[in-house]
Amino acid sequence: MLPFTMEKPESAEAAIAAAAGGARYIAGGTTLVDLMREEVERPERLVDINALPLGGIRVEGDDLVIGALARMSEVAADRNVQRLQPLIAESLIEGASPQLRNMASMGGNMLQRVRCPYFRMLDAGCNKRTPGSGCAAIDGLNAGHAILGTSEHCVATHPSDVAVALVALDATMRVRGPEGERSFPIEELFRLPGDTPHLEHTLLPGELIVELRVPGGPYSRRARYLKVRDRASYEFALVSAAAALSVEGGVIREARLAVGGVGTRPWRLRDCEAALVGKRLERPAFEAAAHLATQGARPLQHNHFKVELLPRTIVRALEMAGEVA
Amino acid sequence: MVENRSESYVQGPVLSRREALLAGAGTVALAALPSQSTAATGSPAKEVSPMTLTMTVNGELHVLTIDPRQSILDVLRETLDLTGTKKGCNQGACGACTVLVDGKRIVSCLTLACMHDGARIETIEGLEKDGVLHPLQEAFVAHEGLQCGFCTPGQIMSGVGCIAEGHAGSTDEIRFWMSGNICRCGAYPGIVAAVADAAGRD
Ligand SMILES: Cc1cc2nc3c(=O)[nH]c(=O)nc-3n(C[C@H](O)[C@H](O)[C@H](O)COP(=O)(O)OP(=O)(O)OC[C@H]3O[C@@H](n4cnc5c(N)ncnc54)[C@H](O)[C@@H]3O)c2cc1C
Ligand code: SF4
Ligand code: FES
Ligand code: FES
Repeated sequence: MLPFTMEKPESAEAAIAAAAGGARYIAGGTTLVDLMREEVERPERLVDINALPLGGIRVEGDDLVIGALARMSEVAADRNVQRLQPLIAESLIEGASPQLRNMASMGGNMLQRVRCPYFRMLDAGCNKRTPGSGCAAIDGLNAGHAILGTSEHCVATHPSDVAVALVALDATMRVRGPEGERSFPIEELFRLPGDTPHLEHTLLPGELIVELRVPGGPYSRRARYLKVRDRASYEFALVSAAAALSVEGGVIREARLAVGGVGTRPWRLRDCEAALVGKRLERPAFEAAAHLATQGARPLQHNHFKVELLPRTIVRALEMAGEVA
Repeated sequence: MVENRSESYVQGPVLSRREALLAGAGTVALAALPSQSTAATGSPAKEVSPMTLTMTVNGELHVLTIDPRQSILDVLRETLDLTGTKKGCNQGACGACTVLVDGKRIVSCLTLACMHDGARIETIEGLEKDGVLHPLQEAFVAHEGLQCGFCTPGQIMSGVGCIAEGHAGSTDEIRFWMSGNICRCGAYPGIVAAVADAAGRD
């Protein structure tokens, strides 16, 4: 690990000033420490934000508000989260391990970096790590990589589970920077790789994630997260799906659907959602909608299976959501 | 097992496996020391200012001067010579380094010590009290929850956390909530049985 200095500011203003001057925030450290040890990340100044008042989970009207420093385990176990937005709790429990969930913050989770093995190998070409060095994954081992939103410069998936649920639920993010505060849909945080895969998010220099806000909807309770992976637990998704349904008299009134493990960012499926509205809560409707998910998919040599696994995962997630009493 | 052996070796003239490693295979052992990692990769030298902090480890208060790059795992093993906590992957992926920090189980390899001034840490060395094994340690022996033993300190500390969290209600629940600890020997049936047994005893 390269040398760095550690600052522990007591106010958000001081932290933001340090970050605007080139320092990096550190919360749980489960992404950053790992990548610093590999020298993939090389920050010279770290700002420990754990003393800032950015924790806690609260309910405001129909909204659930989650502090950026709330830990994954704390959010998953919270009564209000389980009651109002079970999809958030389920997607958190399906991610990482109990130990990591005790450490990892919600803000850090949004900005976790890709799990593409070549990103970590300093001797492999990787445009994300070293712009212009090529992409070893495109002709390499790419079974875990994306089929949607890829470019000829990068094909890595966004690895977060809870981000898939947040994007499905139209959650927003509040950030504070040198110029003040702003809020925007979390979906807009994530960039497509295009020809600049080293730019992953849309935060401005120094911007600090303050909190995440999840609006309640008639579909919030009838919602499930399904994660398909190589092991039963403690593994990143091959394909995952977050599905939420509002149903009246056996007919779908509203649907929310996003998928993970297949896209270069958490992937919302608005065409599939639209195809479900007005349909009976039955498998043929799920299959017809899921069929639309792979439009424009560009599989690589080793991940063709995702083209088939994606619609199947969606159908099963919709069935699971439909079965919620 | 290994730990008992090295303790008795420390008394006598024979080197423990760890001491032998440190003395003989210098490059291997030193590569793990954070102060060496810069030199090892030939990165430009930059001054590292040591940081001073306090930590209560197994009930004992320590004032430590550390390199900010040291993980809690490195501080335990290299600075405090508490080598019961194991370094498996050093990437957060295996759970061998699990300890409790302020009562919660975490992976100590991804935890920078300098971010935990004042923390209360419990490791495998602290479980035995007055020569009496912790109930979960006893259960690991009774159910043969180990083979080579390398993952065992992490399994046991994780199991202590799992039981305290109330996540040891059934075999399925234990399997899910212990999945952050990998056992290369595949001693899982014994591990699950031991956690279930100790949870029942509590
Ligand atoms: C072995 C392993 C398995 C994992 N499995 C999964 C999984 O299955 N599913 C899953 O979703 N995740 C998984 N993860 C990833 C884990 O969830 C993330 O590492 C974690 O959420 C990051 O949070 P952190 O607080 O530790 O972030 P840090 O490492 O502290 O920070 C990560 C990034 O976010 C920035 N940052 C942190 N907080 C803020 C803030 N408030 N404002 C602005 N920037 C900020 C930091 O500067 C840094 O760039 C896994 C991780 C490991 C090591
Ligand atoms: S897929 Fe992206 S992260 Fe992986 S090697 Fe290619 S450029 Fe790097
Ligand atoms: S050594 Fe920490 S998780 Fe493997
Ligand atoms: S007992 Fe050998 S790794 Fe678990």
